[in-house]
Amino acid sequence: MIRNTKPRSDESPESETVLHPDQDYASISREISEIVLRPASRKWWLGFCLSGLGVLLFIVAAGYLFSAGIGIWGINTTVVWGFAIINYVWWIGIGNAGTLISAMLYLTRQPWRTSINRFAEAMTIFAASIAGLFPILHLGRPELFYWLAPYPSTMGVWPQFRSPLVWDMFAIGTYIIVSVLFWYTGLLPDLATLRDRARSRVAQLIYGAFALGWRGSAAHWKHYEKAYVILAALAVPLVVSVHSVVGYDFATALMPGWRSTIFAPYFVVGAMFSGFAMVIVITITLRAAFKLHVFVTLRHLDAMAKILLAASLIMGYAYGMEAFMAWYGTDADEWRQTVITATGPYASAYWGMLFCNVVVPQLCWSARIRRSIPALLLIAVLVNVGMWLERYVIVVNILSQGLMPSQFRLYFPTVWDWATMLGSFALFLWFFFLFVRFVPMVPMHEVRKLAHELGERL
Amino acid sequence: MNPDPSLLAEFGTAEQLLNAIVRARTAGYRRIEAYAPFAVQGLDEALDLPASRLPRWMLMFGILGGVSAFLLQAYLAAVDYPLNAGGRPYFSWPSFTVLTFEFTVLEAAFAGFFGMLALNGLPRPYHPIFDAADFDRASQDRFFLLLDSGDPAFEPASTRHFLDSLNPVAVTEIGRESG
Repeated sequence: MIRNTKPRSDESPESETVLHPDQDYASISREISEIVLRPASRKWWLGFCLSGLGVLLFIVAAGYLFSAGIGIWGINTTVVWGFAIINYVWWIGIGNAGTLISAMLYLTRQPWRTSINRFAEAMTIFAASIAGLFPILHLGRPELFYWLAPYPSTMGVWPQFRSPLVWDMFAIGTYIIVSVLFWYTGLLPDLATLRDRARSRVAQLIYGAFALGWRGSAAHWKHYEKAYVILAALAVPLVVSVHSVVGYDFATALMPGWRSTIFAPYFVVGAMFSGFAMVIVITITLRAAFKLHVFVTLRHLDAMAKILLAASLIMGYAYGMEAFMAWYGTDADEWRQTVITATGPYASAYWGMLFCNVVVPQLCWSARIRRSIPALLLIAVLVNVGMWLERYVIVVNILSQGLMPSQFRLYFPTVWDWATMLGSFALFLWFFFLFVRFVPMVPMHEVRKLAHELGERL
Repeated sequence: MNPDPSLLAEFGTAEQLLNAIVRARTAGYRRIEAYAPFAVQGLDEALDLPASRLPRWMLMFGILGGVSAFLLQAYLAAVDYPLNAGGRPYFSWPSFTVLTFEFTVLEAAFAGFFGMLALNGLPRPYHPIFDAADFDRASQDRFFLLLDSGDPAFEPASTRHFLDSLNPVAVTEIGRESG
């Protein structure tokens, strides 16, 4: 009855199953919740402790920064934004994709979304939270970050609401909160499953508390589905607004190479691009580590690779347009900036970016490569490298050759720049280790629904 | 207070549950509750549940959030602390639209999340139905139909007979829901 359909012979790989045909409701619940409920493996502890060491590195780097000031970084009076802002944009870009993927694919009823949405959303929450740390670290007087919030202070001043930096704070804050609400809403029925399957009293109590007493009654599901679909519909424009505002941070400045109307859409697509690449990396890793082959099939990877390819084409168009408009327009500084970007001290970063973001993803035209896990993993990692280089080019390269030739200076990251960056990677990994240990990484109730729908179609 | 326990029938598939609901409604039962491990299509139609008020709440709170964010910015930037930024007018409304949008979404999302919990009566750590045998499988692989003993059509013996005729996995008694 709930056995789902095998690929029909008369159809393309599109009709290929998104769920292994042997799964029924009980096995779905068992397999996914057992990952969380069984004792942690030795490998998990190893990974958790190693990434924990990286988190300590991050804490040390941030602690030294707070006591010594931002002079420990390689930034100078010309290149005032260094690794901190690059990492901020890179992380928020990755953070943009999870909720976007989950919400957009939910609204367009893509059956392959079901297995990947939970960890894509978790990725969003972790990446966006880490991204949010960087501007605060970069503040110089980080303890005063709350001045961005409008509150009736004794100084009688208010935030400058015409500033994209103020918009940024609210956009990211809203985004993190809405992403958490969206994630937790989808998680409620699964927490109830864990509550009912947990064997130890402690686990029953903890999951029971977080499940909030979910009973799965018809009325529960009705309100749940309404809340979920509207949250998804709200999340899509929200994601667009968040990275648009990040684009405005640059575009509203006077710096040649930044003041461009293409920045908002170009940043949004770039965010989706890097986020999808990161989801591919995470999907492949989790699939191998937790043997999720019945829930995450090659069909999932194939679909994600296609989106990666489409985003790469748009990125290529944006890079081309940027250079074309600089040449076609009347602003001499824009063209000078473009020539320096392609031939100057940071040319290798620029060409590396084009190679990773535009050339490499073209491999995804081949169905063989879209279905080859090592190839896809390599492409996805290179895209993430390319997107980091893109932010490096935008931040460091542009700032180093601004409007005043006497002020042209290069940027050399210090060991503390690298420590903060590597520490943020470790923090992300550490969050993920906690996530896979305590939260079902595939939404069980949605997979059950999928099994039911696939069974009906038979 | 009706002392009779309510009856809970357990089914293996969503189709059986939907069928049982139709049969129960035809038999005149009105105080029916159904439990499922996922959002079964057609469950709310079968039970004739009223439309959810949640979308209206979200719309209201969204509008409220947007309007208040816009008014706050306009008041602070144009009246309370006018700041000349590059000669732009104090009431430079286009630059206030970003926060207006963000607060629209934020308030609507809060209304959606907390409204969903409120309409579902959550958080509610304990409910009599949790005592029912096998009910822990309602969140895993089983489908349940509850006929409340407060229903005028409820008659312990005949209702049990009726449920047995639906070919359930099991029928159990549970204490009457107190509210």
